[in-house]
Amino acid sequence: MSTSSPPIVSAVRLRKCYGSQRVVDDISFNIERGEFCGMLGPNGAGKTTTLRMLVGNTPNSGGELTVLGRPIPADARAMRARIGIVPQADNLDPDFTVVENLRVYGRYFGLGRRAIDQRIPELLKLAALDDRAGFRINQLSGGMKRRLSIARALINRPELLILDEPTTGLDPQIRQNIWHLLRQLQQDGLTLILTTHYMDEAERLCGRIILMDHGRILADQTPQSLVRDHIEPHVLEVHGESVNAWRAAHPLNGPIRCEQLADTWYYYGANLEHLVKSLDGWNGLRYSYRAANLEDVFLKLTGRELRDG
Amino acid sequence: MADRFRRWLAVWRRNALVWRKSAKTALLGGFAEPVFYLMALGYGLGSFIGQVQGLSYIGFLTAGILSTSAMNSATFEGLYLAYTRMEVLKTWDAMLAAPLSVADVVIGEVLWMGTKSVISAGLILAVAWGFGLAQGWLALAVLPVVFLTGICFGSMALVFMSFARSYDFFVYYISLGVTPLVLLSGVFFPLEALPEPVRFVTAWLPLQPVVQVIRPLVGNAWDWHMLQLLAIPAGYAAASLLIAIRRFERRLVQ
Ligand SMILES: Nc1ncnc2c1ncn2[C@@H]1O[C@H](COP(=O)(O)OP(=O)(O)O)[C@@H](O)[C@H]1O
Ligand SMILES: [Mg+2]
Repeated sequence: MSTSSPPIVSAVRLRKCYGSQRVVDDISFNIERGEFCGMLGPNGAGKTTTLRMLVGNTPNSGGELTVLGRPIPADARAMRARIGIVPQADNLDPDFTVVENLRVYGRYFGLGRRAIDQRIPELLKLAALDDRAGFRINQLSGGMKRRLSIARALINRPELLILDEPTTGLDPQIRQNIWHLLRQLQQDGLTLILTTHYMDEAERLCGRIILMDHGRILADQTPQSLVRDHIEPHVLEVHGESVNAWRAAHPLNGPIRCEQLADTWYYYGANLEHLVKSLDGWNGLRYSYRAANLEDVFLKLTGRELRDG
Repeated sequence: MADRFRRWLAVWRRNALVWRKSAKTALLGGFAEPVFYLMALGYGLGSFIGQVQGLSYIGFLTAGILSTSAMNSATFEGLYLAYTRMEVLKTWDAMLAAPLSVADVVIGEVLWMGTKSVISAGLILAVAWGFGLAQGWLALAVLPVVFLTGICFGSMALVFMSFARSYDFFVYYISLGVTPLVLLSGVFFPLEALPEPVRFVTAWLPLQPVVQVIRPLVGNAWDWHMLQLLAIPAGYAAASLLIAIRRFERRLVQ
């Protein structure tokens, strides 16, 4: 990647306030051409608000923002001609067929009939909807609708694709399917930004993760280095009815961090072998011993309290 | 300007395509009902009334029905259908993800509302023509007038809709706004039957001038004074459109 080309997105001390609440609180980041960047954070972290500022659908309360070299929100409308947006909830037109949805959306971009008709077969193929061209939206499955939403966002051959929680609420197989599509798009040279609260999604797709909470950036690095820098390499999870007796019989020694979440105890450390051995012979214990992953980092950095809505 | 118009047209064409797909049912509401009213009241009631302002009662009523039908179809579109697009289908969000501004969306919508008025009033005009209730080339000038009427009442409905949190809210607009307006604007009976203060007020509201313009046009009569009357709906249209754009910019892009 050439470092001389200007960044696709440049945000400097970007801020959004609703009343006295700072929903996005002075965040700064650049996104370079070709990156696949994930914004990861719990509900209410400020991910959607950040994306809405990026595309000019809400003005920032402070800071500087440029996307594709254009100042936002001043030039947002013109800038949107060069990006694609996939909203969190599908807003396809239920009255229309698959093809009509693409055609009508293409007209919003000022594309002519010929350009649109040329583009549609490519998009149907990409989204594996070739055989659904004449179907109405309510005849499509959830995964097909999502793929159509992504295809629709590509009608204008964008340089940047922005997706807000693209797989929330979808079945595991369908999520795999969407991930495959997104990876393919990145290989074709597209720059992608997605938000998610799924760790596995961010870990699988993104070369870079911006971890957000309470409107701030907690970490901004590759998934591998996030795990390396912020958490011990191994994790042991233990639960079951005799967990308290086992804990009493084996007091911790050595550099091991221990946390409780609901009825499960988590042990983090570089070397947990002796702790794992001590589980032998205990009935009524269930455990898993594994390498630390992004989920552990996420829980460590954003805290363990339950958040709804 | 051409670029702007193209963006409005993209919004307009989206609505036109939806309408085309359900045109048969849509026509029934926008066309059959007013024609039934025209025929039943016009011939039924008319047989008791005789002449009104030198016209048969049904001839008198034709202009009123044309005007209210133009008003109603734009109002319905601006309240219920536009609210559905904005809040339920999120069609406007999809448009705002494309290179369209809130003003583009609102203007495209309002142009469509004007078109809806032309469609429903135009069909009634055709029926009226068939029954000899409208005549002469000037009757065709009703079409641009109902277009303006649709723009006016569509924009006004959008301003009201911009405050809505549910469909229930629209009952206030219909019951307290539209219905009294129809009853007091010279649609069913001549204005002379109303007390002077009421006439003074409704003269400054947009429906009455429309009725006053359409009535002579249907009978193939022209008067330059009509343009002066049309300044009122035009003024309401311009003001409401600007307010609607402001309101939705606040509501959608916040
Ligand atoms: N239009 C709004 N008015 C007031 N508060 C809002 C608005 N939009 C979002 N918020 C608040 O901003 C915070 C961040 O929301 P959001 O960006 O949607 O988070 P995320 O997408 O990370 O779940 C939440 O506390 C939410 O309630
Ligand atoms: Mg969100």
